[in-house]
Amino acid sequence: MLPNTVDYYRASSVSDALSVLKANPDAKILAGGHSLIPAMKLRLNSPSMVIDIANLSDLNYIKEEGGNICIGAMTTHGQIAHSSLLAEKLPLFTETADVIGDVQVRNMGTIGGSIAHADPSADWPAALLAADASIVVTNGDDTRSISAVDFFVGFFSTALEEGEIITEIQVPVPAAGTKMTYQKFMQPASRFAIVGCAAMAKVENGVVADVKVAFTGVSDGPFRDGNVEAAISGKTATAENIASAAAQAASDVSLNADHYADEDYRQHLARVYAKRALTAVCR
Amino acid sequence: MSNKYIGQSVKRVEDKRFITGQGRYTDDIVLPRMVHAYILRSPYAHARIKSIDTSEALAMKGVVTIYTGKDFENINGVPCGWQVNFKDGTTMREPKHPLLVLDKVKHAGDGVAMVVAETKEIAADAAEAINVKYEVLKAVTNPKEALAPGAPLVHDEYPDNVAFDWQIGNDKAEVDAAMASAHHITKLDFTNNRVVPNAMEPRSYIGDYDTAYDRYTLYTSTQNPHLIRLLMCAFVLGIPEHKVRVVGPDVGGGFGSKIYHYTEEALVTWAAKQLRRPIKWTSDRSEAFLTDAHGRDHVSTAEMGFDKDGHIVGLRIKTYANLGAYLSTFASAVPTYLHGTLLQGVYTTPKIHLDMTCVFTHTTAVDAYRGAGRPEATYLLERLMDVSAHEMGIDPAELRFKNFIPPFDGVNQPGYQTQVALQYDSGNYKAVLERGLEMLGYADFKEKQAEARKNGKLLGVGFSTYIEACGIAPSAVVGALGARAGLFESAQVRVQPTGKVSVYTGSHSHGQGHETSFAQVVADKLGIPLADVEIIHGDSDSVAFGMGTYGSRSLAVGGSAIVKSIEKVLEKGAKIAAHKLECSADDLDFADGKWTVKGTDKSIGFGDVALTAYVPHVYPANLEPGLDFSSFYDPANFTYPFGCHIAVVEVDAETGKVTIKRFVAVDDVGNVINPMIVEGQIHGGLAQGIGQALLEGVIYDENGQLTTGTFMDYAMPRADDLPMFETDRKTTPCPHNPLGVKGAGEAGAIGSTPAVVNAVMNATWHLGVSDLEMPLTPQRVWRAMNHK
Amino acid sequence: MAETVNITVNGTQYSKEVEGRTLLVHFLRDTLGLTGTHVGCDTSSCGACTVHIDGKAVKSCSMLAAQADGKSITTIEGMANGDELHPLQESFREKHGLQCGFCTPGMIMTAADLLNHNPNPSETEIREALEGNICRCTGYHNIVEAIKDAAEKMAVTA
Repeated sequence: MLPNTVDYYRASSVSDALSVLKANPDAKILAGGHSLIPAMKLRLNSPSMVIDIANLSDLNYIKEEGGNICIGAMTTHGQIAHSSLLAEKLPLFTETADVIGDVQVRNMGTIGGSIAHADPSADWPAALLAADASIVVTNGDDTRSISAVDFFVGFFSTALEEGEIITEIQVPVPAAGTKMTYQKFMQPASRFAIVGCAAMAKVENGVVADVKVAFTGVSDGPFRDGNVEAAISGKTATAENIASAAAQAASDVSLNADHYADEDYRQHLARVYAKRALTAVCR
Repeated sequence: MSNKYIGQSVKRVEDKRFITGQGRYTDDIVLPRMVHAYILRSPYAHARIKSIDTSEALAMKGVVTIYTGKDFENINGVPCGWQVNFKDGTTMREPKHPLLVLDKVKHAGDGVAMVVAETKEIAADAAEAINVKYEVLKAVTNPKEALAPGAPLVHDEYPDNVAFDWQIGNDKAEVDAAMASAHHITKLDFTNNRVVPNAMEPRSYIGDYDTAYDRYTLYTSTQNPHLIRLLMCAFVLGIPEHKVRVVGPDVGGGFGSKIYHYTEEALVTWAAKQLRRPIKWTSDRSEAFLTDAHGRDHVSTAEMGFDKDGHIVGLRIKTYANLGAYLSTFASAVPTYLHGTLLQGVYTTPKIHLDMTCVFTHTTAVDAYRGAGRPEATYLLERLMDVSAHEMGIDPAELRFKNFIPPFDGVNQPGYQTQVALQYDSGNYKAVLERGLEMLGYADFKEKQAEARKNGKLLGVGFSTYIEACGIAPSAVVGALGARAGLFESAQVRVQPTGKVSVYTGSHSHGQGHETSFAQVVADKLGIPLADVEIIHGDSDSVAFGMGTYGSRSLAVGGSAIVKSIEKVLEKGAKIAAHKLECSADDLDFADGKWTVKGTDKSIGFGDVALTAYVPHVYPANLEPGLDFSSFYDPANFTYPFGCHIAVVEVDAETGKVTIKRFVAVDDVGNVINPMIVEGQIHGGLAQGIGQALLEGVIYDENGQLTTGTFMDYAMPRADDLPMFETDRKTTPCPHNPLGVKGAGEAGAIGSTPAVVNAVMNATWHLGVSDLEMPLTPQRVWRAMNHK
Repeated sequence: MAETVNITVNGTQYSKEVEGRTLLVHFLRDTLGLTGTHVGCDTSSCGACTVHIDGKAVKSCSMLAAQADGKSITTIEGMANGDELHPLQESFREKHGLQCGFCTPGMIMTAADLLNHNPNPSETEIREALEGNICRCTGYHNIVEAIKDAAEKMAVTA
C-alpha cells in the first residue's frame, strides 16, 4: 500500500515544529520515520501533515553532563550502537541499540521516535527503565522531565501530552563497577522482542546491590520487575539465588499472547531471560 | 564434441544486468499513456455481496473507471489445467474462479472491484471510497473441519466441500493384509503446514492493446508465458491466440507461484482493450499473501508396517488436502499425481495405498510450491522412517540401508517399477547415504552427542533419503492422467550467417541461469565460444512455443529440445561441409567447431558452413538454404533425482529454540552442466525446506483471516537463521535424455524438511517428545519437551 | 501539496516536485527511472529497496522523498565506476551470490555499508548485517561467500 495524501513540513527548529504542531493538531512529528511511515503505508495511520524534525541537528548528540549521559532525541540507534562514550559508560545502551531492527533501520530510526511510538515490543523501553532514564519533553513554553517509569503508560501510549515533543533522554551515569545487559528473544519475522530483558546490578563482596530489571514485549507496556529485583537484592550472587529470583519474573502483569508466544510460554521466557540477564550482570 | 564448458562452473552471463541494477522486471516497464489498477479485495473469508457503490470513487479526480463482478458475469473464470476424477470416475468439481466476484466472496482477498486511475496512489485512494455492503458468513479453513456435517459451504452447489476423492497404489485389501501381517507398525498423524512461496518480486502485469493491429500484449511475471497465453485466450477471454503476445521479462523468483494463470493477468489484458490504454497492476506484498497460490497443507494419518527384520511390508495413508477456495491451475495434480506417485520413496515397500480427499475451504488457493507434492510424500516417508527406527531400536541409517532399492542404471539393469505407477529411471540410493554419513562423521557425531547430552545440551541428527520426479513429463502419460496440455518443450536453434547462434527456448528463467547453462550446452555441441551463443526466452512472439519452467524440467526437457535442434543443425551442416570439401557427409567428423574429412587435415569451420548456408553459391543441389531448426522434445519418462540430507541441530533446553549446527546434502541430479548453478539451486531449496520445518506456516483465525499476512508475522529464513551448507554430489545419469540430466531445482526443498524435524526429534526423544508439528517454533518445541 | 526536493543521486543533482506522500523508492523508480531499486514488501522488512543516503544503508521504502531533500543518494546504478564494477558486484557474480536478481541490489548496498565500517567481517558478522535483507533464492550461502570475497579484494586494493 501507499500512504494517504499528506502534507510535509520541514521544521527549522524545535519551536517551529511545536508551533506548526499546535496549528495542526492532526499532524504527526516525523523523526526517523521508521515507526510512522510503515504505519502510514498500511494506512493504519493517516495524519494530515508530517512535521519532519530531521533538520534539528541540535537534537542529535550523545554527551556526558552533570553526572548524566544525555542523548538527543534525534540520535539514531546506529549512532548509539557505535558511541564510544556509551560503550564505556553505559554499555546497556550500545547493546540494546545493536539489536534494534536491522542495519538500515538503525541508520534512520531515532531513540526519540522509537520511545514516542511506545511499541510494546520495542527494545528501548526496557533499557530506559533499567537505567532509570528520564525523558525530557517540551511544548515550547514548558520543559519537563519524566522518569521512564512514568513515561511508558501502556499499549502504544506515553505520558507525552498533545503539543509536546521529546528533546532528550537523560541517564544517570552508572556507578563504577555496575554491570548491565540487554537480552532479547526475537520474534523471528518482525525481529521485535517477544521478551526483552534489561538488567543492571552491582555486586559488592559477592552481594547483589542496585539491581534493576525491566522487561519489554512481555506485557501491554514495558515494566520494571520489582519482584525479581527484591528477590535478588542483597543476596549473594549464586546461581541458585539468581534462578529463584528469576522465577518470580512477570508474575503480576497481564501477559501478551500471539501465535509465537502465548501467555504461559511468554512468562516462561521472561523467567529464562531474567535468569540470563541476572547471570550476566551478577556473575 | 568436446566439453569445454559442460561440467564447468561458468560464471553467469545474465548477472551483469542484475548486479548493476539493469534487470528489467515487469514493474520496471513503463508504457506511454499507462494507467494503474488497484484491486479492492474482500476483507472477509466468506460473505455475500449485498451491494457495491462506486459513485464516490468514480467521481475522484484521476479515476478512469471501476470494474466490478457485473462486468465479468458473462466472462469465464480462470481454469484448472488438470482434470482429476473421483474414485468412481465422475469428474472433479470445478467451481468458476471469476475475474471479479459477483455475489459471494470465498476467501479473504477475493477480488471485488478493480479501480483504474492515472496513478497507483489515486487508484488506492479511490478503492477506499468504494462502499461494499457484505453479509458476513461463517468460514472454514481446515480441510477436516470443512468435511464435517453442517460446515459452511465454500460453493453452495457442492454440499460437502469435496473437490474430489482419489486413490493410488495396490488394492486396499492387499495393503490391509500386508499391514495385518506386520511385526511392527508405526502410525503417525501429520500436518504438512501451509506455506507462502513469497518470491521476492511481487506479481506484476501490464496489459496493452494495439488498435491498429487488433493485438494484445501482456507483460507478466510468469514462469511460462505461452501457457498463460493459451489459458487466457482459450479458456478465459476467448480471444484468438495469434492476436496475443505474452512476455515474461526478468522474473524475480517463482518457486511455483508464478506458474498459474491469475485473474489479474486476464483483467489487465481485457481492460487494456476497453480503455485503449496500457494498464499496470503490481501486487503489494500483503496482497501477495492473500492471492499468490499457497503450498502444501495436507493433513494425514500414515502407517508403515515392518517385518521382524526391519523390512517394510506395507504403507497405508489417509490424507486430506486443502485446495483452498478455487482450483488453481495445477491444484488438482499436486496432491495426486505429483504426490501419491512418489510414495514408494527409495524403498522396496511391496504394498502401498493412499486414500486422498481434496477439499475446498475459505482460504487462498493451494497449488504447486517448490517440490509440489513430492515434499509432502517425502515428509511422510522420512518421518516414518526415523520414528520407526527409534521405536524398533534400529539405527535410522541402518533401517534405510535395509530397505533401499538396489542400484540400477536403467541401461544394464531395467528401471524400477514402483507400486504407485511410476517407473524410476536410474538410481543408487545407498551411495548418497554412504557419502552423507562419511561427510557427517556419523561415528564421531554419536560420541559428540553423548558428550553434549551430559552437559545438558540437546544435540540431534536427522536423516532424509528422498527421491523425486522431475522433467515433467511425457505428454501421453500426463494426458492419460488428466493434464489438459502436453508437457513437451520446444527449441529453435538459429545459426546466423556469421556463425553466431540464437537459441529460442520455451523454458523460462526466473533465477535458474538458463542464459548460461543452456549456452554451455550449445557452445560445446557446436564447438563455438560461449559468447557466440545467445539464449532467448520469455516472449511468445520470438519463441515459437513453450511449456515453461517448473518441476525442475528446464534442462531435462528444454535442454533436450535444444540438443535435438543442434543435431539437425549438425546434420545439415555436414551436408554443406561435404559439398564444400567434395566428399560424402559420412566421411566427416565434427569436432572443435569444424568438420574434418576422416584421416586427413582437410576441414571446414562451423562459421564457414553457416555463411555458406546463407550465401549458397557453392551449395548442394536439393538442399534448402539457411541453418535454422526447431524441435519439440517430449520426454520418454520423468527423471528421478534423489539424495541424502542430514541435519544436525541443537535445541535450547530452556526456550525450545532450534539452531541448525550443520547441514549435509548429497544429491544425485544426474549429469551436471554447471556445478555452480546446481549447487546454488540446492542451497536455495534447502533454505526453503528448512524454512518450512522451523519458521514458515500460515495461520488463519476462526474467521478465516490470515494472521500471518506480512513479513512481520510470517517468518522466512534470514541469513542468520542458516549455516553454511555442506554439499556434495553423486552422478547417476538419466538414461533416457540426451544430456543425462535429471533436474536440481526442487531437491533441496524436498529432502531437507524431514531431516530437520527428525533431528529435533532425535535431540529430544529422551525427554519423551514423540511428535512435533511444523513449523517447529520454540514455543511448540518447549511445550513438547515439557509435556504442556 | 507538492514539495520541491533537491537531491543528488549517483552524483547527479536533481530538483523535482514530489507529493508529500511520495516514498523515496518511488521517486527513484518512477521520477528518475532508476528501477534497480526494488520494492519487495510493504512492511520495511525485505531490504530490496536499500540505498545509501550520505553513505549509509537505508530502506528507501520507509522514508518520504521529501525527507531526502539536500541529501546525497547512491543506488545500485551508481556502484560501478563506468565499466569497472564495484568489488561487491564482481564478487556476487563470481561466487554466484544471486539467482533471480531481485534482492541483489539491496543485498549489495547493505553489504557495502557493512564493509565501509567493518572491512574484514566474520561469517557471523556478515549474516547479522544481512538481517534486514531477505533472499528467497540463494539460501544466503553464496551471498556470504561473495561478501567475504569482496572484503578480501578490497583489502588488497586498499
